Amino acid sequence: MTDHDGDVGRLTSPAPRAAHPPVQRTVEVIGRRPVNAYVELTLAASDMAERAEPGQFVAFAIGGDTSALLLRRSIAISAAGDGVVSVVVSAAGPGSTWLTQRRVGDAVDVVGPLGRPFPAAPAGARALLVGGGYGAAALVGLAARLTAQGHGVDVVAGAASADRLCSVAELQGIADRVEVTTDDGSAGRPGRVTVAVDELLAGAGVVYACGPMPMLRTVADAASARGIPSYVAVEESMACGIGVCMTCVLPVVGEDGRTRFSRSCTEGPVFGGDRVRFADVGALTWDVVGADAMGVVQP
Amino acid sequence: MSTVETAVDMRTSLGAVEIPSPVLTASGCSAFGQELEPFVDLAAVGALVTKSVQLRPRSGRPTPRMAETPSGMLNSIGLQGPGIDGLLADELPWLAERGARAFVSIAGTRVEDFAELAVRLRGVPGVLGLEVNISCPNVESRGEVFACDPVAASDVIAAVREAADPAHPVYAKLSPDVTDIVGVARAVAESGADGLSMINTLLGLVIDPDTMRPVLGGITGGLSGPAIRPVALRCVWQVHQALPGVPILGMGGIRSGLDALQFVLAGASAVSVGTAVFNDPSAVARVHEELAVALAERGFASLTEAVGYAHR
Repeated sequence: MTDHDGDVGRLTSPAPRAAHPPVQRTVEVIGRRPVNAYVELTLAASDMAERAEPGQFVAFAIGGDTSALLLRRSIAISAAGDGVVSVVVSAAGPGSTWLTQRRVGDAVDVVGPLGRPFPAAPAGARALLVGGGYGAAALVGLAARLTAQGHGVDVVAGAASADRLCSVAELQGIADRVEVTTDDGSAGRPGRVTVAVDELLAGAGVVYACGPMPMLRTVADAASARGIPSYVAVEESMACGIGVCMTCVLPVVGEDGRTRFSRSCTEGPVFGGDRVRFADVGALTWDVVGADAMGVVQP
Repeated sequence: MSTVETAVDMRTSLGAVEIPSPVLTASGCSAFGQELEPFVDLAAVGALVTKSVQLRPRSGRPTPRMAETPSGMLNSIGLQGPGIDGLLADELPWLAERGARAFVSIAGTRVEDFAELAVRLRGVPGVLGLEVNISCPNVESRGEVFACDPVAASDVIAAVREAADPAHPVYAKLSPDVTDIVGVARAVAESGADGLSMINTLLGLVIDPDTMRPVLGGITGGLSGPAIRPVALRCVWQVHQALPGVPILGMGGIRSGLDALQFVLAGASAVSVGTAVFNDPSAVARVHEELAVALAERGFASLTEAVGYAHR
């Protein structure tokens, strides 16, 4: 519980910065494997693997030096260690599709590890991890770290359908319990992640989530309602991933209790679940710092 | 990053102030420099052109703020920033400690705002000079961009030149969205601009075919990246031809040393690398090295010999 003026009752502190700065490297793709609807790429990236912490991401340049797609694609790290970094890519647009088409032996330009990692769990707390779609991949390293630190770990992995699930086998090998949900009932329990989250929250001392924004909002709100701290890794569209473009901002409440447009890349992607103002994403409300200079004032 | 040693003298100047490299960051594309520290030697960069600062902190516009376009992007950030107090307290001391040169971009909605900012920046350690952003398309009064009117542009530049530290060169940042950029350039030069920064983004629009609505929260946005390079280069060419004595900081889609060379040959005595930094965070250092090699290969002993060469 933080005790700053104006921040009374907040359950989380902002996630601290990572221990190490990022590097930029041209690295070799040493593994490629389809994972349900996604593609997992494994990269020979030893300095990134050494530096990476769960919750961080890497940013790929797309299409080579003369590519017409200039913006980097930021993708969560699913595994890091032994000199390699893995990511799970969902082919959504031309950039991510290009990434999924990489072959073993190809070189890619990568910057990372980027962003703030998931903070440690409170001493003795049982952790509930909630992953939506390929967001579950970002929780594998966290589950391993928490287990190694002696925390009990439960996982809920949800998706629209069975083929959009991700990393379930890896998580089953680490966590005490893994609940699977699908919207269409094609795997696990039918329905949203909430059907399982509501059950498992009772035993949780901290919640971590990665996935689409509506899911993060539901999970964070449910945790906060029970007085449980939660940390969410957001997936915002980013141009650079390193903090210079200012495109990936969200309204986030700081330790002083004031809301700022915070960069998902350098001030996130992990935010306190009770600090992201989910209802105001995509809006400019008068109480955001600097809104008055934009002509938006208190009514 | 390896450093290629060439015999080419890469020194140039902004106004009367000498800088060791002709390659700078571009305003709005490298924040206030701190985020680039893992990727480039900040003290070796010609200068760090800051994101435009205003008198008060600004939240900027709501998201979505960005849309990728062919060889470029559209942005609608809305000049998010800490305001001059934050800049003076946090950003500029950090840069000065590292020996980095700050070329501070200033913006405002009234002539007096610009003048006050110039006063606040007088004598501040690490500040090399001022780039006056009279051409941001993402301001409230889009129809009233100063740089679209030679008289309004001159009023701002004259006020800044009078208020600013005499040691600070004052560059006017011009918009390409005008009928006669030479006319605007001439007006601001006659009002005391020590140089011209060319060009700012072009106003553009992207509509999402699924939602059938504009992608950006701000509806329109500024187009940048290699897509605008020929437009930028044309502007530099026309203005250098008309005003060969006025220094030009060229920018607009520079991604490689050969891109930078085109701007130098057209008349720019220094260049800014902007959107390319999003693609390659070490682009500023890389473009410097590639430009040095390109100049050496063409037999130039110094950068300054190549400035405006294409006109001769």
